Amino acid sequence: MKAERVLAGRYFMMGNEACAEGALAAGCEFSAGYPITPATEIANRLAERLPQLGGVFLQMEDEISSIAAVIGASWTGKKVMTVTSGPGISLMLENIGFAVGVETPCVIVNVQRGAPTTGMPTVGVQGDMVQAKHGSHGDYEIIALCPSSPQDMFEHTVIAFNYAEKYRTPVFILSDAFIGHMREEVTIPEAEKIERVYRKIPPQGADPQAIKGFLDEDVAPMPVFGRGFKAHVTSSCHDETGRRNLIDVSSLDMFVRRLSNKILKHKEEITLVERDYEGADVVLVSYGSVARAAAAGARLARDAGIPAGTLRLITVWPFPDHEIERMAGTASHVVVLENNLGQMYPYIKAAAAPFAEVSFLPPRLIGQIQDPADILRKIKEVFR
Amino acid sequence: MSEIVHPLHRFIRPSVTSTTNCPGCGNGIVTQSILRAIDELGMDLDAFVFVSGIGCAAWIPSPLFNADVLHSIHGRPIAYALGIKMGLPEKKVMVVSGDGDLAAIGGNHLIHNARRNVEMTVICINNMIYGMTGGQAGPTTPAGVKTTTTPYGSFENSFDISRLVIGAGASFVARWTTVHARQLTRSIKKAIKKKGFAFIEVLSQCPVQFGRKSGLSGSVQMMEDYRKRSMGIEKAAGLTAEELKEKIIVGELVDMEKPEMAEEIERMKARAVERSR
Repeated sequence: MKAERVLAGRYFMMGNEACAEGALAAGCEFSAGYPITPATEIANRLAERLPQLGGVFLQMEDEISSIAAVIGASWTGKKVMTVTSGPGISLMLENIGFAVGVETPCVIVNVQRGAPTTGMPTVGVQGDMVQAKHGSHGDYEIIALCPSSPQDMFEHTVIAFNYAEKYRTPVFILSDAFIGHMREEVTIPEAEKIERVYRKIPPQGADPQAIKGFLDEDVAPMPVFGRGFKAHVTSSCHDETGRRNLIDVSSLDMFVRRLSNKILKHKEEITLVERDYEGADVVLVSYGSVARAAAAGARLARDAGIPAGTLRLITVWPFPDHEIERMAGTASHVVVLENNLGQMYPYIKAAAAPFAEVSFLPPRLIGQIQDPADILRKIKEVFR
Repeated sequence: MSEIVHPLHRFIRPSVTSTTNCPGCGNGIVTQSILRAIDELGMDLDAFVFVSGIGCAAWIPSPLFNADVLHSIHGRPIAYALGIKMGLPEKKVMVVSGDGDLAAIGGNHLIHNARRNVEMTVICINNMIYGMTGGQAGPTTPAGVKTTTTPYGSFENSFDISRLVIGAGASFVARWTTVHARQLTRSIKKAIKKKGFAFIEVLSQCPVQFGRKSGLSGSVQMMEDYRKRSMGIEKAAGLTAEELKEKIIVGELVDMEKPEMAEEIERMKARAVERSR
């Protein structure tokens, strides 16, 4: 393989490999991980490609140290990523909260598999959707993107790096075993056509005592290590300078609120969706692998003369309620499809219910994406 | 008249006006030894990144040291330090934390990075108890000691952390107590210079949580006990386990040359680039 960071060209490529290529194209320099099905191919590819480009992939002793090493490397100014599946995310959660709390750019790929517990590793589910948002303790906001194809695995990984750098926060890719292991055409653009965002860093020689490197709702410049900023980075409640405060509750309020507002304030620019519901009376809302079935179901309905459309969420966190409201305001019926027992459904229903009838269509079998024929049946049922 | 300033005060973060240590805590002695070692080596704090976890000992670099400091979460500072070393191989990375943080919840990262022999200095302040949370038993608490979670006496075997780290493959391991401030300083200097995983265990008195329950009570009595029980590694070499019972073997237990991981990574990268041509 050529030692080039961006392998521009057209490929028949596995989703997981496209994810690794997306990371490299975005500028990833360090990755650490622990083997887990069905995410392993991403790590394998990074282990082969990163050293050729001057980077490092480390095989760690567990997922806890994987995310910790990644966060540590991010504080040296590197672009970083770790990849795993549900059990690994469960182990990483405390450290993910740390990354949120001290505002560390990093990308976390969760190729979701049959769960709970060890579950069914080679089957895709969407079982960790709420975990990504609420898994670590305390109030916080997170960014999460849901790819539906190998091409998305490439493109969304680039976007995830850009969001991580821009907003100084962990960003999830919530894929699943189906998309991770799917092979399709993937087009990788020329390097100069790929947008790359780099975090803001205080100017060299800035007075260490004057740097306000934390808790800015418009994202503070990151006082990365090794440049004389004498950064005090603590997981404890802290102020804009990083100074710990364990007494004053108003300091805790600022710590919690500003970190959340940093994401919520920019929700509209973070939100990515695909709207295909103009004139539709019934709108199917879905994300990830299920969005492929939803699109097929809507086509069947339109062929049958029913005005059906789709809203595909790419950004699921921060939750795009404004997009749900906008869609529901134009529809009579909203059908939510997920490959789980209804994880995003309560959020979507809460936003859509004032405007339209909302219902949920689970898969017949968890781990088996909805059959378009079943989706058509459901559309006919609500459209009556 | 000019103001009298401690010669190491220039290393202290300007915003820090007080310490969180309890009266009689051994943390102050270890803090001085670390800063004295850096001072005697003629180094600047900007040459370092300090990493700590959770517990009383973790509060030494954070907030005291006027340097880049990552105060991470419980048990994981060595894993964070590894990532930092990967990103800044030219910097000295030093972990300062306690026995609970490094050997209990963080034991896995301790042994695996000793095995990797990645260059970093790890200073483990062993007070044999969970001090910050009110004196619970840990894996270093000696059998029989009453703590808040072993009110009838501890019934577990305890870790010899230094031996554990030696077994895992570290290239430098030393053990001292707070009575041995000068020897400790010398070993920290060696550890900073060491091309490899350098581990220093410091037995340190916690008069408030450990002393009260072990019956030794005061800081002075505890240090006196350390002094009496300490035995140099050379002297201990010929003695039986029975003769060494209750003894604290101090000194530089291991100091050897072996491949260091960050350097091995550079060789691996060269191979990767070669192969891709």
